[in-house]
Amino acid sequence: MNELLRIKDLQTRFYTRDGVVHAVNGVSYSIDEGEILGVVGESGCGKSVHALSIMRLIPDPPGKIERGEVWFDGQDLLTVSDEEIRKVRGGRLAMVFQDPMSSLNPAMTIGFQIVEALTLHLGMNNKQAEARTTDLLTMVGIPDAKNRLEDYPHQFSGGMRQRVMIAMGLSCDPKLLIADEPTTALDVTIQAQIVDLIKRLQAELGMAVMWITHDLGVVADVAERVNVMYAGYIVERGTVRDVFKRTRHPYTIGLLGSLPRLDEDPGTELSAIPGLPPDLIDLRPGCPFAVRCTYVVEQCWNETPPLEPTESERHTVACWRWEEIAQGVA
Amino acid sequence: MGDGREILAQVRGLVKHFPISRGTIIKRVVGQIRAVDGVSFDLYRGETLGLVGETGSGKTTVGRTMLRLYEATEGEVIFDGVDLMSLKGKELDRMRRRISMIFQDPFASLNPRMTIGSIVGEPLLVHEVGNKKERQARVRQLLEQVGLNPNFINRYPHEFSGGQQQRIGIARALALDPELVICDEPISSLDVSIQAQIVNLLERLQDELGLTYLFIAHDLSMVRHISDRIAVMYLGKIVELADRDSIYSNPLHPYTQALMSAVPVPDPDLQEARVRIILEGDIPSPASPPEGCNFHTRCPVVRLDHCPLAEPELRELQPGHWVACHYAEDFQ
Ligand SMILES: Nc1ncnc2c1ncn2[C@@H]1O[C@H](COP(=O)(O)OP(=O)(O)O)[C@@H](O)[C@H]1O
Ligand SMILES: Nc1ncnc2c1ncn2[C@@H]1O[C@H](COP(=O)(O)OP(=O)(O)O)[C@@H](O)[C@H]1O
Ligand code: SF4
Ligand SMILES: [Mg+2]
Ligand SMILES: [Mg+2]
Repeated sequence: MNELLRIKDLQTRFYTRDGVVHAVNGVSYSIDEGEILGVVGESGCGKSVHALSIMRLIPDPPGKIERGEVWFDGQDLLTVSDEEIRKVRGGRLAMVFQDPMSSLNPAMTIGFQIVEALTLHLGMNNKQAEARTTDLLTMVGIPDAKNRLEDYPHQFSGGMRQRVMIAMGLSCDPKLLIADEPTTALDVTIQAQIVDLIKRLQAELGMAVMWITHDLGVVADVAERVNVMYAGYIVERGTVRDVFKRTRHPYTIGLLGSLPRLDEDPGTELSAIPGLPPDLIDLRPGCPFAVRCTYVVEQCWNETPPLEPTESERHTVACWRWEEIAQGVA
Repeated sequence: MGDGREILAQVRGLVKHFPISRGTIIKRVVGQIRAVDGVSFDLYRGETLGLVGETGSGKTTVGRTMLRLYEATEGEVIFDGVDLMSLKGKELDRMRRRISMIFQDPFASLNPRMTIGSIVGEPLLVHEVGNKKERQARVRQLLEQVGLNPNFINRYPHEFSGGQQQRIGIARALALDPELVICDEPISSLDVSIQAQIVNLLERLQDELGLTYLFIAHDLSMVRHISDRIAVMYLGKIVELADRDSIYSNPLHPYTQALMSAVPVPDPDLQEARVRIILEGDIPSPASPPEGCNFHTRCPVVRLDHCPLAEPELRELQPGHWVACHYAEDFQ
């Protein structure tokens, strides 16, 4: 598979009145053409900020991309001109957000909003753009799409609005679709529809998808590979099977243990992770998970563990003790 | 576990409609939102009954109407032999002490201008329990019981994390030694690792205090974990009710089957092996629910010559396993 996106040592911070928020702390990874990558972690661990950094959508101030490279399609997106990045966004690189209402203009019809994007990005005339809009809305499963172009966002249900957002994202044939918690606000039966839709579109159109979610179940369902994030770091990365079945990082182990399982004896106590999610303002050196980790040793407090290969080159983990933990001698 | 089978509460034919009004000066009622539309179930002392369903199916309204935070349109809630719906004044207050509620959004449910000590102690004050010193001792005991440092008594809600705020809400709900606690999505707004902490806490408190829970949620895997029995709601009605194991191993309602198959499980092997039923369309509006079986517009096994015409009754198809589908026999 060809590499589509390569991120190197990305670091993003926010300079707020309360202090410096260390939102993304040196993240490196790649996405192949046509692959679905899951990005998972609890709220506030830097999932959205890292995605927005890729698209250069970080509000500055207070935010600042401190360093890093984002290679996409032969260009480093962090160094291209403002005009170029605008062309890339909504074109080859598209994004769908959790709350469709916040990215749709409530005062304009759905049809107008997609047609506008098409004329702007692809230089279509109105007639072509309208026909394409109808096609796109049909493709994402909006019934009777032709007659819904004149409808306003509030006339659509939550699930239908998310379909509209996906249609907008797809309008310029992206090579990568970044979907940031696209189903978090939806009910499970509607979530299942959207998951099914994105999987189908990904297979048909051959685009890559970065699927950001806090739901490990959704990741197991949609993704081929997964990045587990904690406190602005990737702490474990690998194929879904490696990460879920040969789990190596204490945080991932804890996260999976927190979930009730269908194959468990009901009534078993959940093995909750003690303590609280980290405060990114006074993030100390050392392993970001050390305060909550049951395996912590002296070294963990002083040195930040790098993301390193485990038994397999493609399965990486950032923990000093992963080998002992895997062998059950920790 | 409800094995003693002592009935604590009986909900019978509960209906709650909210009027839809139009007009700015002269309000006219133009319709009804049928939020809860004829719900019946029993609660056994000491059990956890899970109440699941998607947004808008009427779960919260069931809970609030039981507590008489809403007045029921119709129906009875018989608690320990007394119909709560017919009580007034002091009698109602006395019964209400025996039931309490934990809310979904911990922060929104805590008064930001009160210290957590006064928040947790407020029910004691309102019901004039003990003197000041005794109340304070009780508050400290409650905080300890839910895993908070009693020395935090003078702090304010915003100084706590979401999980800690939910602990404060739980402490308050326990202040008057209730028998029944209605937990309305108590973990939905929390992070996964914190959800497990709160669920473990609720289970421990149940054991220690002999509580009965009505546990409202949309997360089926957590509901399965915590519940002894489970009721599934769709558009204001219970479509299936059974003990946890039967509902998981042998769901008899097509909606329950679809709902369960739609929940992604965090295991790639199980996930791959599963048969997915993807329902089409959206949940209809409770202002104009479909006639007959209200699920017929989305049902994968609908029979159009019957389902839209006749409403299926909730019937006990197997001992303790209730289902409201004309063709449930086919799924046995
Ligand atoms: N505009 C902003 N100003 C200040 N801090 C921010 C801003 N946006 C995000 N953050 C902080 O950055 C961290 C990472 O946030 P985010 O990437 O949104 O988390 P996630 O998407 O994983 O839930 C959080 O601590 C968050 O509070
Ligand atoms: N106070 C209210 N006034 C009017 N409609 C309400 C009110 N509370 C709930 N509803 C409506 O009743 C239906 C059921 O709501 P609710 O009980 O909150 O469902 P759930 O808790 O299952 O999400 C929804 O359509 C909701 O909009
Ligand atoms: S490096 Fe240390 S503290 Fe961090 S996860 Fe590994 S054992 Fe735990
Ligand atoms: Mg986010
Ligand atoms: Mg609710």
